[in-house]
Amino acid sequence: MATTTDAAGATTRPTPFLLVLYRSALGKKYLMAVSGIVGLGYILAHMLGNLKLYQSPEAFNAYAEFLRRLLYPILPESGALNLLRAVLVLALVVHVVAAAQLTALNRRARPERYRSRRDYVVADFAARTMRWTGVIVLLFLAYHLADLTWGWVNPAPEGATVYDKVVASFSRTPIAALYLVANAALGAHLFHGVWSLFQSMGWSSPRFDPVRRTLATAFTAVVIGGNLSFPIAVQLGIVA
Amino acid sequence: MNLTLRVWRQAGPSEPGRFETYEATDVSEDSSFLEMLDLVNDGLIRRGEEPIEFMHDCREGICGTCGMMIDGQAHGPQARTTTCQLHMRSFSDGDEIVIEPWRAAGFPVLKDLVVDRSAFDRIVESGGYISVETGSAQDANLTPIPKDDADRAMDAAACIGCGACVAACPNGAAQLFTSAKLAHLNLLPQGQPERSRRTLAMVGVMEETFGSCTNYGECEAACPKGISIDFIAMMNRDHRRALMTERRGA
Ligand code: FES
Repeated sequence: MATTTDAAGATTRPTPFLLVLYRSALGKKYLMAVSGIVGLGYILAHMLGNLKLYQSPEAFNAYAEFLRRLLYPILPESGALNLLRAVLVLALVVHVVAAAQLTALNRRARPERYRSRRDYVVADFAARTMRWTGVIVLLFLAYHLADLTWGWVNPAPEGATVYDKVVASFSRTPIAALYLVANAALGAHLFHGVWSLFQSMGWSSPRFDPVRRTLATAFTAVVIGGNLSFPIAVQLGIVA
Repeated sequence: MNLTLRVWRQAGPSEPGRFETYEATDVSEDSSFLEMLDLVNDGLIRRGEEPIEFMHDCREGICGTCGMMIDGQAHGPQARTTTCQLHMRSFSDGDEIVIEPWRAAGFPVLKDLVVDRSAFDRIVESGGYISVETGSAQDANLTPIPKDDADRAMDAAACIGCGACVAACPNGAAQLFTSAKLAHLNLLPQGQPERSRRTLAMVGVMEETFGSCTNYGECEAACPKGISIDFIAMMNRDHRRALMTERRGA
């Protein structure tokens, strides 16, 4: 099936596996799960790395430098970092495009609404708001990069250290509040997403199933707890 | 008991529909939901009006034809119960009950509460069977099957194809139905030879008509036979494996 035969009966090149996968809605879900897992790995590492904020400004800046010089001199400076960035961007694009296409498919599959006051029986808030929390996280991501990666909207003076930039940004109460809101959205997204990916990947067995919900809850709590602590610590003056 | 019904009336597939209000009086709480509708229809026929069209056959929860949306819930408020097995004691005197057909692109309305579920037949036709040379029946227990597998296959086989899963799914997805029809064969030795082909074919036909699963779990809650979404996970796994097997074969 993956190989196509032309009119003369000669076989042409097989369709790449990822494309075969992507063609089906189920395949799009696998790819959303896989790209989601890439994102989860990143989100966890990002939170853990940022804990250096509590150690000392020097340790935090050194960590940023370490990321920039990862695998140097095997790769040029920032080479490994840019490679990782490329993987993340790719995962993000796959995740968002597949989600948009599946949403469109679902709208077509259920064009008419029920007229009665229909309530969800079991679908929780997080599951129902995936599309919205996803968009919120995406918008926030754009701001977050403009703030701390590119520095376009960061209040710290030119040439400030990474540590100073973080503190300068989080010292503004509205921005700290924005980080709280964005992380709440991310938390809801993870709470459903981490559980959901096991279903999409078909990782299910009677013994393992009860653990999936716990895993999703624990992962969300750890990541969001860590993330929220940073702006709060700056606001409280614990990190300054 | 006396009830007010708000029923979706639609003369044909491409006619516009609307809600009509009917009074159901002197309803016994021991009657089933369909018997209550029969009573209302009796009155309508007597008055020379068109009776409310709904599907029914066995009236004992096994044929799967009687599905309808009752107060926004597939097969009504009682869990694990088909409309025909739902009794009026689940309601109270003076209630207003809203009754609608299943709504999904895969289930076009034919008339009133009757929808066309032949999309389900197309899914089953594409692979929901095993190919065997028939002859005289073989001895029972000739093919040993682990008890766990037999039980799970039986759970999947409980699906009556009523369509409540699609009706309850905000995405109009038929994952629960398709996965149940796959699992009751894919779990058993007899289903193995065609497992990959079956999975690819049935998922393919399903995706032509129905939506994509976002793991809400509404289908499982609506299913009158309590089919578990674990079967959906199994279908996802089987589908990925089938794609890979197919690839190695190519
Ligand atoms: S009439 Fe057969 S299941 Fe309800």
